[in-house]
Amino acid sequence: MMASSYNAKEEDGHHSGASNNGGAGVVKSKKPDNTAFKQQRLPAWQPILTAGTVLPAFFVIGLIFIPIGIGLYVTSNNIKEYEIDYTGADINDACYNCAKNFSWNSTTPCLCSVPFTLEQPFESNVFMYYGLSNFYQNHRRYVKSRDDSQLNGDRSALKNPSKECEPYRTSEGKPIAPCGAIANSLFNDTLELYHIDSNGTRNAIPLVKKGIAWWTDKHVKFRNPGGNSNLTVAFQDTSKPVNWRKPVFDLDPSDPENNGFINEDFIVWMRTAALPTFRKLYRIIQKKPSTTPTLPSGKYVLEITYNYPVRSFDGRKRMILSTISWMGGKNPFLGIAYITVGSICFFLGVVLLIIHHKYDTRNNSADIPS
Amino acid sequence: MRITERRQRGRSKKKPKETRTVRVHTGHEHNPNRHYANNRIKTTKYTVLSFLPKNLFEQFHRFANVYFVFIALLNFVPVVNAFQPELALAPVVFILSVTAIKDLWEDYRRHRSDTEINHMDCLVYSRAERRYVERFWKEVQVGDFIRLRCNEILPADVLLLSSSDPDRLCHLETATLDGETNLKQRQVVRSFFDLDCEFDPLKFNGIIECEKPNNDLNRFRGYILHRSGSRDALYKDNLLLRGCTVRNTEEAVGIVIYAGHETKAMLNNNGPRYKRSKLERQMNVHVFWCVVILLLMCLFAAIGHGLWVFQYGDKRPVFDVLSPEGAELSPVVAAVYLFLTLIIVFQVLIPISLFVSIEIVKVCQVFFIHQDQDLYDEDSDSRLQCRALNITEDLGQTQYVFSDKTGTLTENKMVFRRCTVAGVEYSHDANARRLALYQEVDSEEEEVPPPGGSLRRDSSSSQQSSRVVLRSLSTKTHRRTGSRADAKRASILSKHTAFSSPMEKDVTPDPQLLDKVNECGGQMDFMRFHGQPVSQLPSDLADIMDFFMALTVCNTVVVSSPNQPRQKVRMRLESKSPVKTIEDFIKRFTPSRLTSGSSSSSSSSLATSRSSNRGCSGLLSSPSAESTLAKLQEEQAALGSAPPRYDGTPRSPEDGELRYEAESPDEAALVYAARAYKCSLVGRLPDQVTVELPHLGKLSFELLHTLGFDSTRKRMSVVVRHPLTDQITVYTKGADSVIMDLIKPPDTGRRQKKLVLRTQNYLNLYAADGLRTLCIAKKVLSKEQYACWLQRHLEAETAIQGREELLFDSALRLETNLQLLGATGIEDRLQDGVPETIASLRQAGLQIWVLTGDKQETAVNVAYACKLLDPEEEILTLNADSHVSVYPPSSSSPHSAAFTVHRLGLVIDGRTLAYALDQSLEDRFLAVARSCRSVLCCRSTPLQKSTVVKLVRNKLKVMTLAIGDGANDVSMIQVADVGVGISGQEGMQAVMASDFALPRFRYLQKLLLVHGHWSYSRLANMILFFFYKNAMFVALVFWYQFYCGFSGSAMIDQWYLIFFNLMFSAFPQLVTGTLDKDVSAETLQQLPQLYMSGQNSEEYKPYMFWMNMIDAFYQSLVCFFIPYFAYADSDVDVFTWGTPITTLALLTILVHLGIETRTWTWMNCLSISFSVSLFFTVSLCYNASCPSCFSPSNPYWSMQRLLQDPLFYLLCVLTPVAALLPRYFYRACQGTLFPSPVQVGRQLDKLPSETRRNILNLGGVEAGSAVRPVPHFLSLGTPSPEGPDENHQRAGLHAVDATEKDTLPYTKDAAKLPPEPRPRPPGDAEPRPPGDDEPRPPGDDEPRPPGDDEPRPPGDDEPRPPGDDEPRPPGDDEPRPPGDDEPRPPGDDEPRPPGDDEPRPPGDDEPRPPGDDEPWPPGDDEPRPPGDDEPRPPGDDEPRPPGDDEPRPPGDDEPRPPGDDEPRPPGDDERPHETSEALKTSAMSASSRAASSPRPPSQAASVQLPLPPDGDAQRVRYCRNSDHAVRPAARTQTDAVL
Repeated sequence: MMASSYNAKEEDGHHSGASNNGGAGVVKSKKPDNTAFKQQRLPAWQPILTAGTVLPAFFVIGLIFIPIGIGLYVTSNNIKEYEIDYTGADINDACYNCAKNFSWNSTTPCLCSVPFTLEQPFESNVFMYYGLSNFYQNHRRYVKSRDDSQLNGDRSALKNPSKECEPYRTSEGKPIAPCGAIANSLFNDTLELYHIDSNGTRNAIPLVKKGIAWWTDKHVKFRNPGGNSNLTVAFQDTSKPVNWRKPVFDLDPSDPENNGFINEDFIVWMRTAALPTFRKLYRIIQKKPSTTPTLPSGKYVLEITYNYPVRSFDGRKRMILSTISWMGGKNPFLGIAYITVGSICFFLGVVLLIIHHKYDTRNNSADIPS
Repeated sequence: MRITERRQRGRSKKKPKETRTVRVHTGHEHNPNRHYANNRIKTTKYTVLSFLPKNLFEQFHRFANVYFVFIALLNFVPVVNAFQPELALAPVVFILSVTAIKDLWEDYRRHRSDTEINHMDCLVYSRAERRYVERFWKEVQVGDFIRLRCNEILPADVLLLSSSDPDRLCHLETATLDGETNLKQRQVVRSFFDLDCEFDPLKFNGIIECEKPNNDLNRFRGYILHRSGSRDALYKDNLLLRGCTVRNTEEAVGIVIYAGHETKAMLNNNGPRYKRSKLERQMNVHVFWCVVILLLMCLFAAIGHGLWVFQYGDKRPVFDVLSPEGAELSPVVAAVYLFLTLIIVFQVLIPISLFVSIEIVKVCQVFFIHQDQDLYDEDSDSRLQCRALNITEDLGQTQYVFSDKTGTLTENKMVFRRCTVAGVEYSHDANARRLALYQEVDSEEEEVPPPGGSLRRDSSSSQQSSRVVLRSLSTKTHRRTGSRADAKRASILSKHTAFSSPMEKDVTPDPQLLDKVNECGGQMDFMRFHGQPVSQLPSDLADIMDFFMALTVCNTVVVSSPNQPRQKVRMRLESKSPVKTIEDFIKRFTPSRLTSGSSSSSSSSLATSRSSNRGCSGLLSSPSAESTLAKLQEEQAALGSAPPRYDGTPRSPEDGELRYEAESPDEAALVYAARAYKCSLVGRLPDQVTVELPHLGKLSFELLHTLGFDSTRKRMSVVVRHPLTDQITVYTKGADSVIMDLIKPPDTGRRQKKLVLRTQNYLNLYAADGLRTLCIAKKVLSKEQYACWLQRHLEAETAIQGREELLFDSALRLETNLQLLGATGIEDRLQDGVPETIASLRQAGLQIWVLTGDKQETAVNVAYACKLLDPEEEILTLNADSHVSVYPPSSSSPHSAAFTVHRLGLVIDGRTLAYALDQSLEDRFLAVARSCRSVLCCRSTPLQKSTVVKLVRNKLKVMTLAIGDGANDVSMIQVADVGVGISGQEGMQAVMASDFALPRFRYLQKLLLVHGHWSYSRLANMILFFFYKNAMFVALVFWYQFYCGFSGSAMIDQWYLIFFNLMFSAFPQLVTGTLDKDVSAETLQQLPQLYMSGQNSEEYKPYMFWMNMIDAFYQSLVCFFIPYFAYADSDVDVFTWGTPITTLALLTILVHLGIETRTWTWMNCLSISFSVSLFFTVSLCYNASCPSCFSPSNPYWSMQRLLQDPLFYLLCVLTPVAALLPRYFYRACQGTLFPSPVQVGRQLDKLPSETRRNILNLGGVEAGSAVRPVPHFLSLGTPSPEGPDENHQRAGLHAVDATEKDTLPYTKDAAKLPPEPRPRPPGDAEPRPPGDDEPRPPGDDEPRPPGDDEPRPPGDDEPRPPGDDEPRPPGDDEPRPPGDDEPRPPGDDEPRPPGDDEPRPPGDDEPRPPGDDEPWPPGDDEPRPPGDDEPRPPGDDEPRPPGDDEPRPPGDDEPRPPGDDEPRPPGDDERPHETSEALKTSAMSASSRAASSPRPPSQAASVQLPLPPDGDAQRVRYCRNSDHAVRPAARTQTDAVL
């Protein structure tokens, strides 16, 4: 007894449990169990990577990828996209004046309009994006600068926003709602689209402003404190973000379902973009029930209420019209990538084939020991 | 454990006193010993309260933990924080808590066992109750009296005061302490010795003064101070140690001296060892590089951020948020802050889970090694133990193996083989035959169902069995039943009987000798009968008698009866204690008694012995029966039907089964041998040895002293009073080298002189046969001499200071002027499979050195037997006598390089080793040793062993493994990188010190070749993968910095970032790291060459780290930019974009792991799918769990949305493919174009087993013969191994390896990548014609062509004139430091056996034609014309590389500077023209030989040459290998071969 306990102590480690010699008194062979696992003889597959064995994989990958790539490329090419830069950086631009004079402090909106022509009609639903370049919405401190509890309608967070919102947490002694830098820098240009008939009349194109945000954002993540009714009361004792012209409960007075924190433009903005050049869904142009294209080819005018200054960081503002396919917006990259990778695989497969034929003879084992 | 020790140390520091005083504690008053530790033991590290701080403190010793905590804490600083601070703590806390839980569990187990032990019962004397009462162990205190009963375990270190044993002895089993299974005797303190009545604690009034607690089990000193003022010395023999078991003693009483943690057992109790493995060291370098990369990345991004901030100038963009304080950050400040932030973000680069994972994997590996059935030894029911948990992979990288010989390579089961008595050799042929039978039966190893019936195994049954074998009549089962299975059973039965395998027990006596013994016994009986003094016995018979007496008496063997192995056989004839005091001596040896009482006393004692026939058969004691028996046996022998047995007739079972428990196997073997001559030891008491003799019956020798064996003296002696002659006789038994020096000077008589000479001859012969030799000598002391010696001895015994030294000196004084009786040859059989193991280890590129304490000839022969030395090898023997002589002082010479090329074996003896290990010479020694294929160090002390290991390890920067079984190997085992202990016969010390304990040597093969290889390759791959994985993952975030203004933002959700390592990607690599097998175990064992991949660290080279890093960066680029472009200019948000990237990274990493996985089992598949599903499950749950938490990422519903996005799937297909394409392609190309040997091995695995076997067999044949030409540059250029270019050195090592390896047609270093610039042209790999890679023409492996030896005049050795060393210049002596001889025992020179001088005086080499004995390499000879030797000028004879010498003109050596070739071959130095350098090189003798494995016996005839008797001691001694003397014989044999 004593002996075994001493030994156990000396061996003392993880394994002594396994070695199982602590059981004093029981005369038991120490012979290890003969199980496949313990003897490390589990049935196994041992792939050997040689030109010969790997070869088929390369061809198969090549053969699969190239068609996929072609398919993707074609799909992407079928997507129609039109883009207008309305930053007004250039002196010839329509919005040059607005861009030049505008800053966050301006009170009067500046209007400008950009005419453009669509060469091809846009079928099905058309998505209208605004795009910003050089805007680092992914800046670390920027991304953090929000209070999700507040946006989720939490009253205490409304009154006492998270510290992360600093320095956009309070203004004039009152908590800012919504707090933080993201909200503060909300994109506030207004874009309107007019189709110019062949006879010159401007027809406003109906822009649907609902359904542009994620459903979960709109219904779960963002909530107004105390429901959607009577937002004024709910947001009393809060202050609007510094850069905002109007308080949060006034974002879309026309529709209480799209006001306050659950304003979809706001929600879309709050989803911080991954890259400094990004676009955000602005409006949707619904496909008409008739067979006419959603946006027939022809002349259009984009009316801009120029509120958002980007010159300070050399930013760019764009309006993008795009149809989408099952794989999202226009992006030929993926197709090209598939084709490229597939081709490389195919090429490498050929190389391996050559190698295999030239050198891979020793797999026939006969000459291994020679 | 360490803590405990520290505490101990701390405590002992507090007390300034050097000794401890123990007073009696009987329970009444204040315990006077209360300041000593009590007997409660606590081996736990922690208490409930101290656990957390203490454990954390310990964990923070690991730098990585501190680093991660620091980073986590950094998160709490708002300016720089990157993640939610609490979250950032999670991984660190997780890691810390996993370790903490592990520690806690271990500690709990310890606690439980502590409690169990603390609550054991023992009897403690209570003064209040005046009796012994039951107490818990923990209540025992120092000073308590304890009563011990039989089979009780000692609760503390107890001083033995009383024993129920009539001899006042207490028997102990110390297996728990040292693993030795024999009984130890402990004696009652002397002053209590004569206590007749029961010991009464109340009467004890002494004060015990003894040394402080220490961990030396074999030392205890102190004294009892009685009230009377008398002192009584205490020895280790009085101390019973905690943990031992009391045996054979009904009751004993003692006083507690050390309790609890201060007991020797506890102080010896060290925890498992922690070593850093080579791989981990290598890894740490790369961890450091990771830190550098991390800092560079941070710095780069910080500068980028500074610039980014700077470019905006005063116009602050809306997205550049002010710091929380609202302050604007200047670019520089922002950059500094960002730097810190990024350290947090990129922390993943330093793999936090790496250390934990490595530990887990290692534990699993240890588990599997443990579980391997092939490492289980059925005979001893023991399996491999891994005692060190964290160096499994070092097993796969070992380059040098240092092995002990005895007990490691051999069984350490000593078998008496032959002996020589009084100069007559008794060859014991029958004995040899018997052993051959054992071997034969051994060899057909099959499992046998244990036959029913009697389990009793006695010698008659074995005899029967062997007879049956001889006649080849038996059925198989019968035969096996007879010996092997029987032996096995017997060994199991007698498990606790040390050293008594059946082989040892059965000795077949030599008929001739038996006759003489009988004759002698008869004569003595006759003489006694007629009242003649026994001394009139013819001297040869007397010698025989004395010889067997010595064998029987001169030992420490304990006799026990087999029925109760622990029951001491008692045959007390007269009660007398050993001489302990002068008075005692005077009393006992008063002249009156000596003169008058001698005959009567002896006869009376004989009478008693005869009358007391207990335990011995009447048959044997009757001379007539004896002689008939002898006749019977002779007849039997003559018939040849069976080897005669000493017990041809049935004996009474009792007697036949006396068991001998010896401390060393030699002793047991000798005692059994003596028993075979019916000179059997029947009882041993501390003061008396009882011997049963054929005609005389029982004789009891009064044992006056036992001077135990020690490794310095290399001998043991007993002083007895001979019952027949009544003389005081010293019997000494010891190593021949020492005994021969102690023999009385030869002038005493021609007979003795001749005897010594003859014996020496036989000894050499034995040694040549690989037998262990022992010399037996005796000495008769006159009373006066004895008295004189005794006085000083007693002084020494009672001394407290320096007692050991005094006793040692005393022993030296006694053991002089001995009279040689004879010598014995004991065989130590090789363990099963040793030659095969050595061969395959060597094929695996391991350098095997054998370090043994045995004498040179024995060692060399065992080395041949176990294939360590090869007959084809040149043997370089270094025997030197002085410092200077070992190497010439001239510095490095280019020619030393030439040594590399040959297959050389180096034999060096202990004395030379001592010089060679000197600082100034060690480099040279190493240079020579390294160029040799095998090295054999004989006569080395434990310290030398460890020094050699240390030297090789430190200087050559190689991985060393030391394997040994005995206490003398402990230091070596501890010094080596990997220490392996053989849990064999010699106790557990080696095992305790080792990292791995094996039951047998042959298991080393699988342990190294398979488990070592696997462990290494698994771990190396896992570590590389870890680095890759983390780098790849972090690089993703790094690339992102370019797109977020270097703001430290991460698109990967913080949860993924933090838990990626820990949860999502950890499991599969753990599985792969644990289970992956690059090559199957079978192939690894059949192709040992594959082991070299581990030796050369081929799985984990520095460039691989960098390649992995580059690959990681490439893959992360792919994983980053494919999604980048796919989502460019879209409305994707940070984390919806980051999640696919994470997914892609995970998939890529897993597929990468898949590519690197060599063996797929369901576990791998399961773990990978588990990982993927875990990731999706977790992220789905996480993304659905809380819409407003997890700021700032807030990934609510992202994953769900992604799963609806076809783009996501498209990416998931494309990205991993694109990312892994290069690696996959590279692997495929590499597998085809330049596969590593390991890959070839894997291909072999694939083949059907039969084909594979054929191929491997073929390969095996090749492996033996194929020798590659070794490029010159690879050979040892610089003799100083610490030369600046390590690579070069490695290359040199390879070169040595290369001669052995590669039956595979592929270079092992098949250059994967540029840093290893050895890409073979692909065509090279084409099958070569067979034999292509041998540089030598076939047939050149044969020992050597006759031409080599021919020129030598036959009988070359004889004509040498004696004393022909005179021509040497007198200056020869100068280099020898004066006083060099001192260490040699006095009289060393004079008494040299003169016979040795005659055949071969020192310096005998001159007359021989120069150059005939150079160590020519075997392959060297072909090109030379036969008879080439004569014309060669002197000095030509360094070994040159093969093929090197054709172009050389014979005289091309002249320009060489003299003295350039360090390991001079002998014969070199005497040449007249070289006198000047001869000064330096003179004693260096390196002799070569054409070794033919069965060496003729005569060749050992001229081993160590003695010094001439004059003052020539200064002269260098020529200790040369014997081969010159035997050359002719060897040659004839070679000729026959040719």
